Amino acid sequence: MTWTSGFIWMVSIIAMSLFLRPIGRRVPIAPIQHACTGMSLGGAFGYSIAIAIIYLMCWLYFVKELIFFQWFVQGVIGLGIAGYLFRLAGQHFGTDGSRKMFRQMPVTAALGIIIIIGYAIMSIFADWLAPYGQAEIFAKVNVLPGGNPDLGGDPAHLLGTDQIGRDLLSRLIYGGQNTVGIAFITTCLAFLIGTFFGFLAAALGGWFDQALSRIVDMLMSIPQLIFALLLMTIASAWAGSEKWLLTIYMILIIAVLDATRVFRLSRAVGMNIVVMDFFEAAKLRGEKMPYLIFNEILPNAFAPLLAEFGLRFCFVFLTIASLSFLGVGIQPPLADWGTMVKDLAQFINFAVFSPLTAALPLMAASAIALLTVAVNFVVDWVLHRTSGLRE
Amino acid sequence: MTNTKPLLKIRDLQVDGISDETRSRIINKVSLDLYPGEVLGLIGESGAGKSTLGLAGMGFTRDGCEIVGGSIEFDGIDLVNSTVEKRRQLLGSRIAYVAQSAAASFNPSHKIINQHTEAPVFHRKFSRIDAETDAINLYRRLRLPQPEMIGFRYPHQLSGGQLQRAMTAMAMSCRPDLIIFDEPTTALDVTTQIEVLSAIRDIVEQFSTAAIYITHDLAVVAQMADRIKVLLRGDEVEENTTRAMLKSPRESYTKSLWAVRSFERKQKPPAKTGATPVISLKNVTAAYAMNDPVVCDVSFDIHAGRTVAVVGESGSGKSTTARCITGLLPPLTGSISFDGTALQPDYRQRSNEQLRQMQMIYQMADTALNPRKKIGEIIGRPVEFYLGLTGREKRRRVEELLAQIELEPTEFVDRYPAEISGGQKQRIGIARALAAEPKFIICDEVTSALDQLVAEGILRLLTDLQDKMQLSFMLITHDLSTVRAIADEVVVMKDGLVVESGPKNDMFKPPHHAYTDLLLSSVPNMDPDWLDNLLASRGVDNIGDAAIEKMNEN
Repeated sequence: MTWTSGFIWMVSIIAMSLFLRPIGRRVPIAPIQHACTGMSLGGAFGYSIAIAIIYLMCWLYFVKELIFFQWFVQGVIGLGIAGYLFRLAGQHFGTDGSRKMFRQMPVTAALGIIIIIGYAIMSIFADWLAPYGQAEIFAKVNVLPGGNPDLGGDPAHLLGTDQIGRDLLSRLIYGGQNTVGIAFITTCLAFLIGTFFGFLAAALGGWFDQALSRIVDMLMSIPQLIFALLLMTIASAWAGSEKWLLTIYMILIIAVLDATRVFRLSRAVGMNIVVMDFFEAAKLRGEKMPYLIFNEILPNAFAPLLAEFGLRFCFVFLTIASLSFLGVGIQPPLADWGTMVKDLAQFINFAVFSPLTAALPLMAASAIALLTVAVNFVVDWVLHRTSGLRE
Repeated sequence: MTNTKPLLKIRDLQVDGISDETRSRIINKVSLDLYPGEVLGLIGESGAGKSTLGLAGMGFTRDGCEIVGGSIEFDGIDLVNSTVEKRRQLLGSRIAYVAQSAAASFNPSHKIINQHTEAPVFHRKFSRIDAETDAINLYRRLRLPQPEMIGFRYPHQLSGGQLQRAMTAMAMSCRPDLIIFDEPTTALDVTTQIEVLSAIRDIVEQFSTAAIYITHDLAVVAQMADRIKVLLRGDEVEENTTRAMLKSPRESYTKSLWAVRSFERKQKPPAKTGATPVISLKNVTAAYAMNDPVVCDVSFDIHAGRTVAVVGESGSGKSTTARCITGLLPPLTGSISFDGTALQPDYRQRSNEQLRQMQMIYQMADTALNPRKKIGEIIGRPVEFYLGLTGREKRRRVEELLAQIELEPTEFVDRYPAEISGGQKQRIGIARALAAEPKFIICDEVTSALDQLVAEGILRLLTDLQDKMQLSFMLITHDLSTVRAIADEVVVMKDGLVVESGPKNDMFKPPHHAYTDLLLSSVPNMDPDWLDNLLASRGVDNIGDAAIEKMNEN
């Protein structure tokens, strides 16, 4: 695009912003009319830019070379429809309570839930769903995805094979089991440690709180990924040839490092609860610490902790993928999305000539991205519903 | 008045509230006329729709509310169907709003005067310099201390009463035709309230601004309003001029509102000399920070079956004294004894039996009940903890307690605190205290967050329970009508010191300590001339904070 066409674009956007309001007022649709009467010139300008961007995206969609953009748009629209249908189904089946929940749910949250359920099913039933084993090696190497023999695919390997001939679809499914499963266990562990000490610090206060908080500050002051790398290096020396032991060490290391963040949150939430009158009443009743923590603090801290759980899960999951990408995480021959991205990364260079080849590393990467986005959608909705952290 | 055109005309207004997919009518066909320069008082208990009606006068509804019928006309302009832009031109410039909590309504990170000048500059009424000069002028008229300087402070540097006056000045900044006051003095102490009231009334008269004054305090509205409209659950009960309304209310609901103030229990005879008091404080001094005592050398006794009211403004150390008794704040010096035996200063060192004998009822029932627990669990826990009852016996005891506080057991046992009203929550708080079968209960401002009718019910319940169970109460309050209603003895506190103490009847008779006198004279009466008479007798400089400052100088 030369600077003249850029100039034309700008002028037309400004012109559109001038005419948007008078035209909108004449459209015989009440909400548009109402919006246009109350709109300022700045608002009209913003809408004009939005219209221009939508136009640009429609135009880009039909450019042949941009196959990834087409896939992206198709994916977004497809998922949007799936989420909408899922929500519609939820509104008509189930108990009164669940129907009401679905009526108040935004489409994004429905989409998030459906994706998470999909991932969960895929991970739990990986043994039945995957066509081959995760370490099985075939004669055909570097088969392209798509399953079309004319384009270098193979119907037996729908998503192709990697450099040493392992079926990528199977590895993607087993990778989900390993990465998501380990991330889930790690997050649960981080929460057990973090909330317990966080609430204890909030309820006891004084030197206990100070000591614990300073230790946590110390741990948090070291960049997390680098610290984890350092500890993993030490752990790999301890583990020696026992690869499975290294996975246990990784779970513990990430759990402790992430528990520091959980500690901070649960301490802050707990502090707001311990100053409430009902907590004082319970203290004056002579209740012991376990009752105070589990019956007075925990039920009231549940909503923000649940939201944090979702976010923390994403971070743990990304940390595991990053560690695996760097070669110290989940060890081969176990499949893992981070490792898959690392192994196939060089194919991204072929994007210009052969989009299908470049899609190889992107599949694992987008599996990570999709889950992260889905979890965040759900977390946003939960936060809004409970309004625990809204203010 | 009738020959002029009304400034604000509301006809058959209907407002719906939408929450959780159910619609409920908040305002049901209410009409009102407000003429220029007139003050209309809106009264009713919480949930009567007074605030919603007041906001509707600006053509505005809160989130989740919707105007479904009727018309609102401000000076001939239809506010229901006008555009956002048109309403925006009116708001702030011709219609202004003063919120209940000035402390929460000011932006804490801007200076007062910068927030003041925002509206006149935006509406192009004044230049910034003129607006600032005008602000200082308004501060002077509202009798704020140091009017030249006060605007250049941040909101947290002003007291609650000063902020409320600054907010009124801000509402005046564009010389509006109509101001809506939404409970402007409810959150203030009596002594401060009176200062704000007289300032507001003065300035409204000086600029002959029309106003809608929303409150649940009848005595306040009697001072402020020309006419009064009574609302009950979205319906209009009646409307009349203030004097006519006070003299002869027509509807039975209005009469019941009027009658609340007359509840008064006879003072019990003083306890026998030599009887062991249930609670005895001797020379208690306590502090949160070293060398800065909040409570100084406080001594008083509470005898069995008696109610001792501890009175004073906020910051006078009433609640701190209670914290010393409960053991949350161990006193620096002095001793507290229960039934003749000295108590450990820290509650953690007291036995469960001692903790059981002493219970507390809190001011804010919202924060005093765990929102995630059912009523049955809240009351059941002390039953289980202290008396060791479980299963069916516990359930039976909980139902007994609910019956005692006049709530239907089967209906309430399985509800959450969010599902019941404020007055009912306060009753649950009382039941939780009773569940421990105590001898002594501290009531910390138990009625100050409640409407008068509901508050009266709570006070009656407390007195009944006291007579039945020989309970002793320590009643912390700043409301002298509560004191008059149920106290036997009164302790007046100021700045952490006991200023005066004695039987109730002596308290309400002169001579008083200067501070007690100020407190007593600051309680509004139902007489519409009360404020005029008081200002005439005491003078404008001898009320509220100004009077207290003088007292401190002497």
